[in-house]
Amino acid sequence: MTETALLYMVVGVVLFGMGLFALVAYPHLLRKILAMNVMGTGTFMVFIAIAHNGDNQPIDPIPHALVITGIVVAVCSTGLALALASQVQALTGQPRIDGSEREE
Amino acid sequence: MIVTPNRMMPSRKRRKLRDENYIDDDVKLTPARRVILAMVAVLTVVLVMAVFAVPDDVVRLTQLTEDRLPESGVSNTVTAVLINFRGYDTFLEVSVLLLSIIGVWSVARRARVPVKVPNTPVLRVFVRLLMPLMVIVAGYLLWIGSDVPGGAFQGGAVLGGMGVLWIAAAVDDPGSRERRLLRPLLIVGMAFFLGAGALAIVVGGSMMQYPEGEAKTWILIIESAATFSIGATLVMLFLGGQPGGSSREDGKKS
Amino acid sequence: MIFDTTVWMSLVILLPLAAAITAFLLPRHALAIGLTSSGLIVLSVIALTISLVDGGAARDQMGGWGAPLGIDLVADGLSAVMLLMTAAVGLAITIYAKGYFPARDAHKRAFFWPLWLFLWGSLNALFLSGDIFNLFVTLELLGLSAVALTALVGKPTAVRAAMRYLLVGLAGSMMYLLGVAFVYAGYGALDIAQLRMLVADGPPLYAAATLMTVGLMMKGALFPLHFWLPPAHANAAAPVSALLSALVVKAPFYIMLRLWMDVLYPLADTAAPQVLSALGIAAILWGSIQALRQPKFKLLVAYSTVAQLGYLFLLIPALLADSRPQVLGAIVSFMVAHAAAKAAAFLSAGNILHATGDEQIASFTGLLRTLPLTVTTFALAGLSLVALPPSGGFIAKWLLLDRALANGDWWLVVVIIAGGLLAAGYVMRVLGPTFRERETKPTNARAVPRSMALSAFGLSVLAIILGFMGVYLLDLLAIEPVSMMVGGG
Repeated sequence: MTETALLYMVVGVVLFGMGLFALVAYPHLLRKILAMNVMGTGTFMVFIAIAHNGDNQPIDPIPHALVITGIVVAVCSTGLALALASQVQALTGQPRIDGSEREE
Repeated sequence: MIVTPNRMMPSRKRRKLRDENYIDDDVKLTPARRVILAMVAVLTVVLVMAVFAVPDDVVRLTQLTEDRLPESGVSNTVTAVLINFRGYDTFLEVSVLLLSIIGVWSVARRARVPVKVPNTPVLRVFVRLLMPLMVIVAGYLLWIGSDVPGGAFQGGAVLGGMGVLWIAAAVDDPGSRERRLLRPLLIVGMAFFLGAGALAIVVGGSMMQYPEGEAKTWILIIESAATFSIGATLVMLFLGGQPGGSSREDGKKS
Repeated sequence: MIFDTTVWMSLVILLPLAAAITAFLLPRHALAIGLTSSGLIVLSVIALTISLVDGGAARDQMGGWGAPLGIDLVADGLSAVMLLMTAAVGLAITIYAKGYFPARDAHKRAFFWPLWLFLWGSLNALFLSGDIFNLFVTLELLGLSAVALTALVGKPTAVRAAMRYLLVGLAGSMMYLLGVAFVYAGYGALDIAQLRMLVADGPPLYAAATLMTVGLMMKGALFPLHFWLPPAHANAAAPVSALLSALVVKAPFYIMLRLWMDVLYPLADTAAPQVLSALGIAAILWGSIQALRQPKFKLLVAYSTVAQLGYLFLLIPALLADSRPQVLGAIVSFMVAHAAAKAAAFLSAGNILHATGDEQIASFTGLLRTLPLTVTTFALAGLSLVALPPSGGFIAKWLLLDRALANGDWWLVVVIIAGGLLAAGYVMRVLGPTFRERETKPTNARAVPRSMALSAFGLSVLAIILGFMGVYLLDLLAIEPVSMMVGGG
């Protein structure tokens, strides 16, 4: 792997880790949704890094296409997540879902 | 602005601020969070080590896509992969776009314009100047996508931005006639893609197998439809609900 | 059969998606569109199966390109079984939904059908996919439609459960996707058949295995990542709960099967499969014990799902060791039997709720008299869940025990039997009160629509009939792709 690619992959993995931590650890829904996006961005960086074949070399287009698909999917998921989160806030007054609500 | 309590403030005010700013509690590193942090850190380190262990000589698909590019009808490798070689993925992705709108509309109440922008003359004039330009840029991005980075998604994103500007500046109130166009506009991308995929089967190939030599035409038609749908979907996601639609309580026809 | 197998493969995916578009475009006709398309989809799945039996496994190259350049769909015996399971349960739920969503609740009715058809299409696409990134996209389609369906009923508990489901699901998807990145980085391919020949032991595979397995565990609710399941399945509308427990939660497990058999198999002798098996044991015990404690019916059924999912993981080490066809047969027949039984259980819960408005098990006294068909439905479903003969569950457990004994895994035998006893416990908790005589007259019991009662009953009968169809299922499973060589290049 080229050095640039290694750097991007490592940064991508670290971003992924940071996003995963925030998604799991913090209760505010908006923060969780942002964390999910950070996880996604980290993953996309890893893909882009894999596509790098060297400076001024033709790139591997498959990971680039995968990332475009991934971005669109992430945007759609975020859209639904936000709609749900705002509905949770509207129904319960709090933008969070911790605390047990096992049954109605 | 969040005012953090500090030692210079009188203690009663500090306590009041601390109670109001529950955000502080949100980010405190409780013992439970330390455990999660440790686990995630371990995972990250392991993954970084795996990154360094990726062999250098793995043959990926760069050469193969270059070699078969002429058969794809476009001259940009990423577009070729996206719309032709792995077009089935793109079809499913356009489906995700429509599904997310259906999901948002089923969950949320009536759409609300989330941004209150002061309606100044400068804004109104500027937006009216920008909007046609954005349409042209979107069309251009769509058209050149076959040769350089670009295509339906990029064009659709610009259209989406245009739509957001339109709504935020409250340039026009979409009347009921335009609202009736909304659902068709949202589905047209996925519908064209699906139709092309099915038609390809009828014409004697497998799903999405564009006929020899006609790939570019088919791609252009599908991508144009998709650009509209993508733009409309992004705007609808921004609105977070069905414009003028029934709220969940009505139960009347939507 | 009439067309080439590949045509049926495409049809089985395109039909539900086309129907979903139409149902969204014409919301007032959503019900009619849903009913007609369901019939067509079921017919296509049957046609695909017949075509497979005649012609053997098939590979459909999307766009004509062929892996590794393009995406391939693969139809073998396992895909066919999953598609048939989805079609059977799906048809029953379609009929049930006709009665469940009354005409006056136009919002829910109009949105249920497009969402359900999208879910069906995504399942079919998932079961036929031969590409690990394509599997990610189908997983996303599946997850978003499942979440929206969960939230559809609109209660605060359901919306919160849906939010949690979405967040956990997305975390799982992102982990899976990073795993895909590592696979591509290490081996340069995304097609499963190709990867089967390319993968070797090494750090990229460890990373990919960890990420993908944990991600799929999150989506498939394997203990201890099951916490989102009970609230989501219990609070959703009855047909949605049935879909979630019977079908949706099986898809990530199916992917895990494919991955471990064809991509991650070099890691078969590491500790990972044993860990999965151990977690399965924990799931069975924890889920069953929790089910025994629930005062509400749907939560009991939901925890039962957590427990039953554990059985699927028990034999993963055996699956990877050898004797694959028999172990696969045991696991898959369990999946299918559970799908029919669990869907029937949730639908009968919906019937009871519809009739009496009360979900507390304590209020079920005398239900045998007021809702005989529904109680019979749950009794038959329970029969399969407890794995008494002559049900599908019995055959499945028998196969599992057979394999466990053959491998000398005595602790698995103990767990399977214990799980059965616990299941009997929670099933009798529900059935027991229904046989007793009621002292007071039940207050206005609403009539259960025929579509709801009959579809639920039909599913429970299917759960029993599966007990007699074991041979056919195993024969079908045996259809495997003849050659592992992939064309193109």
